[in-house]
Amino acid sequence: MSTPGLYHILFISTALFFIGVYGFLTRRNLITMLMGIELILNSVNLNFVAFNKYLWPHRLDGLFFTLFIVAIAAAEAAVAIAIIINLYRNHRSIDVEDVQSMKY
Amino acid sequence: MPNQTLLLLIMALPALSFLLLGLTGRKMSGQVAAYVGTFLMLIATVIAFQTAYGYFFEYGKSGDVYQKLVVMQVNWLQFNDQLSINMGILLDPISAMMLVVVTLVSLMVHIYSIAYMKGDPRISIYYAFLGLFTFSMLGLVIATNIFQMYIFWELVGLSSFLLIGYYYNKPAAVAACKKAFIVTRFADLGFLIGILILSYYGESLDFNTLIQHLTTADDAGYQAAVSGSFLGISALTWGLALVFMGGAGKSAMFPLHIWLPDAMEGPTPVSALIHAATMVVAGVFLVARLFPVFALSGQLVLHFVGTIGAVSAVFAAIIACTQTDIKRILAYSTMSQIGFMMFALGVSGYGGEHGLGYTASMFHLFTHAMFKALLFLGAGAIIHFVHSNEMTEMGGLRKLLPVTHICFLIACLAISGIPPFAGFFSKEEILLAAWQHNKFIYWIAIVTSGLTAFYMFRLYFSVFWNKPGSPDHHHDEGGGPILFPLIVLSIGAVMAGFIPFGKFVSSDGRELITGFHLNFSILPVSVAVIGIVLAMILYKKENGKPAAISNQLGILYRSASKKFYIDEIYQFVTKKIIFNLVGRPAAWIDKNIVDGLMNGIGNSTTFISGSIKSFQSGKIQLYAVYFLAAAIGLAFLFIYIWKQ
Repeated sequence: MSTPGLYHILFISTALFFIGVYGFLTRRNLITMLMGIELILNSVNLNFVAFNKYLWPHRLDGLFFTLFIVAIAAAEAAVAIAIIINLYRNHRSIDVEDVQSMKY
Repeated sequence: MPNQTLLLLIMALPALSFLLLGLTGRKMSGQVAAYVGTFLMLIATVIAFQTAYGYFFEYGKSGDVYQKLVVMQVNWLQFNDQLSINMGILLDPISAMMLVVVTLVSLMVHIYSIAYMKGDPRISIYYAFLGLFTFSMLGLVIATNIFQMYIFWELVGLSSFLLIGYYYNKPAAVAACKKAFIVTRFADLGFLIGILILSYYGESLDFNTLIQHLTTADDAGYQAAVSGSFLGISALTWGLALVFMGGAGKSAMFPLHIWLPDAMEGPTPVSALIHAATMVVAGVFLVARLFPVFALSGQLVLHFVGTIGAVSAVFAAIIACTQTDIKRILAYSTMSQIGFMMFALGVSGYGGEHGLGYTASMFHLFTHAMFKALLFLGAGAIIHFVHSNEMTEMGGLRKLLPVTHICFLIACLAISGIPPFAGFFSKEEILLAAWQHNKFIYWIAIVTSGLTAFYMFRLYFSVFWNKPGSPDHHHDEGGGPILFPLIVLSIGAVMAGFIPFGKFVSSDGRELITGFHLNFSILPVSVAVIGIVLAMILYKKENGKPAAISNQLGILYRSASKKFYIDEIYQFVTKKIIFNLVGRPAAWIDKNIVDGLMNGIGNSTTFISGSIKSFQSGKIQLYAVYFLAAAIGLAFLFIYIWKQ
């Protein structure tokens, strides 16, 4: 097999993205939904790095943006955990089926 | 030149009385309220008299012709370049005369009510309403603009409503005030349409401009008005006829007279002021105000006015002969006398000798105000004494109420047209005008004069003679405030006839010398004397002759005493025809179609929202699905379809 081309890496990142989406939409546990979100973010990171390495090898713009995304993902995970903790305090459960009080 | 502020004060003082007594009246005692109202009215009367004197004797004339002076005008509502509603003060002979009449009678009623309404808990609001009425009536007579007159016309109707329904705990009074308001409001519909028609063709709402446009033959508006026609009658005729309809409603002309007898439910001083001397002559005043248009461009309508006036006069006189309630008799008498005024205008021409009817009508208005107010106030004194309105319960009061007796007698002689009292002079001029122009109306007028003398003296003899007086009444005649107006008005009823009215009021402003034709007066006076003698025979001593005569007349008498069933006809027409054919369908449409439409819109909104509310399910993951689907859709749209 020759060295992996751009399309191979894009395929992986797209697959990871939709696995993450699937995980977000179908899991019952809020924390596991959070993991799905992390997968989505990281697939985007892969996308950025791949484009940077294959299209503009002399530049580092993609890598810098990836670092930003990593930091933001961390902050966002912290916020999400805080929300889940608050939800748990109100509803005594982290099952997403139990937090439907915004229903009409 | 007239002082604008002073003229405004004439109107502003009664308005001030209304506001002051209406807002703070409950805090002051009844007596104080009465005196405040009377005092403000006194000042207004003095200023009005001074203004009238100044107009007639100092500045009104300009080279032999009394001018229509527009003293002030404020542009209130501008529609376009030519059409605007202005509020202003117009001084001309008839408005100056009306200033005197309205303020004088109002002042007399104010003074009279001090004693008559004493002890009434709501007396301050009574005086407030009197002030409102006087303000509105004064505004009506000095209006420069036909719309201003309409506004005050409605205000006068409102004041009448409030005062008739003053004793609101009596169902009869409530029914009467509603009836008065509804009938006059219906007539005012015609008035409004007439105003719109006339002002459309006359291109102005201002009286002077309107009259000028509609009486010059080569004016564009006039041409258009007489050529355009609807159902074969020219637009100008329609406009004038509709305006007259408004006047007929307010002046209780047949067939819109039904409210006037019922209006007697109000306090007697109110009847004296509103339904005898001032408001009911508003219709006559309106025709007089627009008289050049009526006389020069609308002779057909003027003929109609004359006919209606004559019919009302004789109709009311016949009914008055059969009534037993004092105030009803006087109400029908008022209707009859206003009929006289109306047909006097109807037989009048314009200018010089032809304008005799106009002068006669205004003269009769003036004298009628005096003696009719006197009659009503006298009746009030009688009712106050006897505590009943029914003539059958009175009798022999001449020794118990001496001053009232003399004043009432003077008024009865005046209204019957006996010289040298005031009514004689004004009636003679009316009869002369009728003789010169329309003999048929003249004979109706003679018959009516005879009937007038008869029923007035029937009233007089039944009240003051007839039975021997029973002295078991607890109180005496009534003090100063009741007798003073009676005396003042009696002096008016005696002296007013000697005023050379034609010198001041005439159809074109020029002096009209009215002579005194002795031969002509013989017939009317003798007819009146016959009426008086007949009444004396039948009523001076209690006997069975009146009952015998009424039995013999049978059905004629019965239908006259039932007021010729006009009220029943109106009831039938409104209840069976209008309610069923117009009212019920209209209510059905309102309830089912109009409300149904609104309800339908509401219900369909609810239905739609009910069917899509499941979008908000509260499930986060579903929301995320929708979001994702939309994002993919948009991406698809932008990448493959809207390539930019």
